[in-house]
Amino acid sequence: MSTEEKVASPAVADSPCEACPAHHAGNLIKLGVNMANWDFVVALAGNPNTGKTTVFNSLTGLRQHTGNWPGKTVVRAEGGFAYAGQRYKLMDLPGTYSLLSTSDDEEVARDFILFGSPDVTVVVVDATVLERNLNLVLQVLEITDRAVICLNLMDEVQRRGMEVDERRLARDLGVPVVPTLARKGEGIPELLQAVSDVAAGRAICKPHRIESPPGLKNALGDLTDEVATAFPGLPNARWVALRLLEGDGRIAEAVRSGEIADLGLHLSSRVPSDAGLVLQEMEE
Amino acid sequence: MTQLQEQSEKILERVGAARFEAGSNFHDELVESLYTEAARIADRAVTRKGERGRFDTDRTIDRLVTSRWLGFPLMLLMLTVVFWLTIEGANYPSAMLATLLVDMIHPLLNSGADSIGVPWWLSGLLIDGVYLAMAWVISVMLPPMAIFFPLFTLLEDFGYLPRVAFNLDGLFRRAGAHGKQALTMAMGFGCNAAAIVSTRVIDSPRERLIAIITNNFALCNGRWPTQILVATIFIGGLVPAHLAGLVSAAAVVGVAVLGIFLTFVVSWGLSRTVLKGEASAFSLELPPYRPPQILRTIYTSVIDRTLIVLWRAVVFAIPAGAVIWLASNIQVADKSLAEHFIDFTGPFGTFVGLNGVILLAYVVAIPANEIVIPTILMLTVLTARITGTGDGAGVMFEPDSVAANADVLRAGGWTLLTAVNLMLFSLVHNPCSTTIYTIYQETKSAKWTTVASLLPVVMGFVMCFVVAQVWRWFS
Repeated sequence: MSTEEKVASPAVADSPCEACPAHHAGNLIKLGVNMANWDFVVALAGNPNTGKTTVFNSLTGLRQHTGNWPGKTVVRAEGGFAYAGQRYKLMDLPGTYSLLSTSDDEEVARDFILFGSPDVTVVVVDATVLERNLNLVLQVLEITDRAVICLNLMDEVQRRGMEVDERRLARDLGVPVVPTLARKGEGIPELLQAVSDVAAGRAICKPHRIESPPGLKNALGDLTDEVATAFPGLPNARWVALRLLEGDGRIAEAVRSGEIADLGLHLSSRVPSDAGLVLQEMEE
Repeated sequence: MTQLQEQSEKILERVGAARFEAGSNFHDELVESLYTEAARIADRAVTRKGERGRFDTDRTIDRLVTSRWLGFPLMLLMLTVVFWLTIEGANYPSAMLATLLVDMIHPLLNSGADSIGVPWWLSGLLIDGVYLAMAWVISVMLPPMAIFFPLFTLLEDFGYLPRVAFNLDGLFRRAGAHGKQALTMAMGFGCNAAAIVSTRVIDSPRERLIAIITNNFALCNGRWPTQILVATIFIGGLVPAHLAGLVSAAAVVGVAVLGIFLTFVVSWGLSRTVLKGEASAFSLELPPYRPPQILRTIYTSVIDRTLIVLWRAVVFAIPAGAVIWLASNIQVADKSLAEHFIDFTGPFGTFVGLNGVILLAYVVAIPANEIVIPTILMLTVLTARITGTGDGAGVMFEPDSVAANADVLRAGGWTLLTAVNLMLFSLVHNPCSTTIYTIYQETKSAKWTTVASLLPVVMGFVMCFVVAQVWRWFS
């Protein structure tokens, strides 16, 4: 591949684990802002102050400043990395508690996951307050099939005398769950492996979906079909149908103007920089 | 009508009908089922042991730092300690850098230029103007920044900033502003331009405008060196030497606190007049305290903040050095351009308790506040016709010590009043050009950009004038 990658030196093994052939961190090449010709797009979502930016930095080698206060990342940041011969573009989305309401940062995050059609969405989760974080996870899983949960701040979990059963969580959510301690780089190799498995289709996700309210089950099904027929390029017709039923004015407007179809087409054709372009439009 | 439009209209019609059938509580039902599911899944995955020992430590610290009585004193104490460490720690490396860059390299460059026959005006412009301006900015700014930024970043990583926001929230709400303005204000202590970008965390446009307009009252790093140097010379000089560092630090904290106070007053004024409205509620998470990663923090704050800010200062010092040298060396009717300006504005400067040199310095320093002090020193030497210091007309120089700086300023007719007013004016004057540009970028409004730029200058002159009148009344 290109010469820039050779410049990045492999991590020096300083623990017995890292010398083991099963340890994959050596495959990680941090590309910084060099993101040309990516194979996969990965979005990084999560509640504020869960360590998204720390995960972002440890994957891309960039040194975006992190701070222990919510709202630190106000705009999305992009970076690149290569893992096991494949190039990834990573988008650090602003931290949000939900994707339902209408603040700017929630819209940026939601629109990217919905219209940017990332190959994998990594949701960084504060394991100490799992319940609140799962609200966002469930909403993300409504939108996308391909997600990996990064169960971060595992040292805090221990410190508080708690235990989180990540296998049960993975079974319940239907997507891979990786416990990490991003500040110290623990769990990052496992996270990379999970991301590449999902991106390449080696791991099949069966994400947990909320039962739709009984009164609307049929309406939702019909509407989903209609949206899918009208806009074949659209990544997730069910979510669009749900939002329409909920009365989301912006989505209704996008359907009326046909803008929503353009978004689907633009992005499925995978022209580099399109994702950024569309996102810019949405931010304006 | 195209086929697609027909389909879209049909979909929207169907949506309307279904929504009518389901009633309006569909949104609530959906949110409720999300929350129930989240609780159920979390419950299955998490086990808690009874023991929650160290979590209580967090609670104890929180009770202290956000307490009604101790919260503010602890905040001031922490600020004072940070500045005291900065002032005490920066002195020695600053002097070393000045010796190297100014006393050793500068004469070498000059004699080198002479030996290869560079004309005097070219070597004057490049070496006495541009090079010295850069050398001064590096020796004055690098040490304090290299100490201040890591300390501040450590506090930030530890999780202290949200507690500051928590403490100040009530005051901001009473001023009709958003509580998150405390966070953007704290960013402003580093750099106003960056802080204005960070006001994006405030959703309401009204409150965001207030945060943008008042951010300039947070003393930025370009102004810390001015405050620290003037406080060290004039305020620290009032007390015995062993107390000087602490008293100077307290004076700087005093100015910073005045800035915070002005933030509240101006926010209050704006939200009662041109930006009327209620403060919006928001939820603020007090994140757990996390042990800062000391080495990484030092590395990133040196790379991300110190070097980037320093680079910006150097870039702006290059044209400023040239302008100062030219203004001091181009003679019109027996006087240099600089002297013309200083003589012309002098009466007004004295009227408000400043002087013509300071006014000219603030015009030259519009691109970057960092170069105020070097400009003032150079111009004072020029107009007071001090001999035996520096290298000649229009040379930006670095006298060897704080004492030499003090001699220059006293010879230029400076008093304690001039010093106090300079500290006040440095706090309350127009934002630097980068910040003004950023304000325009963020607000896209020429009107609000003008307000944000001119309001502080006018306030600054009024404030200095009042202080001068009171001062003269009593003395």
